[in-house]
Amino acid sequence: MAPLDKQGGTRIEVTDGALLPTRGDGRIIDSWRITIAFAILALLTLLFIAKDPYDQIFKVVVKGAPLTFGVTAGAILGSIVLGLFTGLGQIARGRVLNLIAGVYVELIRGIPLLVQLIFIYFALGKFFHLSGFPAAVIALSICYGAYMGEIFRAGIQAIPRGQMEAALALGMTRGQAMRLIILPQTMKIIIPAIGNEFIAMLKDSSLVSVIALRDILRRGREHVSRTFLSLETYAVVALVYLVITLVLSKMVASMEDRMNKNEQ
Amino acid sequence: MSNKSDMNIMVDIRAAEKDFGIVMALKGVDLTVFEGEVVLIIGPSGSGKSTLLRSINRLEALTGGQIFVDGDPLVGPEADIRKIREETGMVFQDFNLFPHKTALENISLAPMKVKGKTPEEAKSIAQKLLERVGLGDRGESYPGQLSGGQKQRVAIARALAMEPKVMLFDEPTSALDPEMVKEVLDVMLDLAQEGMTMMVVSHEMGFARAAADRVVFMDEGVIVEIAPPDIIFDHAKEERTKKFLKHIL
Repeated sequence: MAPLDKQGGTRIEVTDGALLPTRGDGRIIDSWRITIAFAILALLTLLFIAKDPYDQIFKVVVKGAPLTFGVTAGAILGSIVLGLFTGLGQIARGRVLNLIAGVYVELIRGIPLLVQLIFIYFALGKFFHLSGFPAAVIALSICYGAYMGEIFRAGIQAIPRGQMEAALALGMTRGQAMRLIILPQTMKIIIPAIGNEFIAMLKDSSLVSVIALRDILRRGREHVSRTFLSLETYAVVALVYLVITLVLSKMVASMEDRMNKNEQ
Repeated sequence: MSNKSDMNIMVDIRAAEKDFGIVMALKGVDLTVFEGEVVLIIGPSGSGKSTLLRSINRLEALTGGQIFVDGDPLVGPEADIRKIREETGMVFQDFNLFPHKTALENISLAPMKVKGKTPEEAKSIAQKLLERVGLGDRGESYPGQLSGGQKQRVAIARALAMEPKVMLFDEPTSALDPEMVKEVLDVMLDLAQEGMTMMVVSHEMGFARAAADRVVFMDEGVIVEIAPPDIIFDHAKEERTKKFLKHIL
């Protein structure tokens, strides 16, 4: 996960293995442009030149996109809430809170997401019934909440000490200082990191296909079981994911650039 | 300050100790500051002068001794730290303005959230204070759009908005370009003339001579000498004081 800046600089460097292509270096030909050109050309060629069976596959597969986005959006909100409390728990002055937050992070980071997902859906399903969508959102939220907690912790610690001191010196409580002074500044600097988590989560959301949620991947698998067109179908699935994540990564990068410009 | 005997004691520091573990920053400091008095604290870096100032609103917790602010204890079960912080304004070396808030919002925030003023009241207080520090037209500016001197003047206004009984200045001009020092000192001078109780960690000798009632020289965690500015600068008693003053004058 992101080894975030511990020195207290205001920029958070995120070098997540799950992350997408390196940022453009300003030259006309960069790796992002090559990849997106390849992805779009390949998709267009399949859809409009090769046509059959790709156009049919595409229609089936993109029907899963709303679910993919829905699960991702729900889980990003859930993980932000969990991450906020985890981050606050880790920097809290109470040892018990530190430990609770710390154990949560260790526990979740030590278990593969796929196992967590299956555990929540099938194992906990023995005690109370969870339908697929909430189970997926809960599992992804819990998993990403742990990583998000690290982002919040690093973001909060990146705010200069003097901000808290100034707020306390004015008579604010620690809670007020956190809510009114520290967290608004934290949110601003961690937005790009959250954007990157969103992309990573969108990709990981393909795991929900194992609990019978009809996302992009699941639609593809169903199509393969009907038509046995595995190569064709999974090629389209891969290209659809690729285009979505490439576009999103560009959006995150330009958002980050705009924020850096505003700083100056 | 003519007759100290009938004046209120505003800050009463008794045997203050601060042990950072690796270094003992305060080794038993006693200092009494009267209402309306301006006290300048000087000394080499590491002498404990900033620690002493930051102990008065408990940004640093003492490891020994006691401080009373207008009679209220800072240490112990009856200590009401938020009340004391409301009553003590602090100005920092690097301003510590809230960068996500405008100058006006920086000033009006604490009156609203801590004192429960309405937004209208708080805004009008903030506007008056901005005018008082000569920045009446910069209320909508963000700290990033202000010069260092302007930032520090906003920071002074922010502290004043809580109507403090005593103002603490921790090297208020050390981070400023030389041409901006005067605008900040002028504001501080006005404050002193209006009778504000002020404790100032600074080596601004001009300010000391113009405004300070007493100058405190600290070294290695103790107060070495206290005297009015003209006396300490021209006729210091202690060798350590003379040696230090020779370096900075």
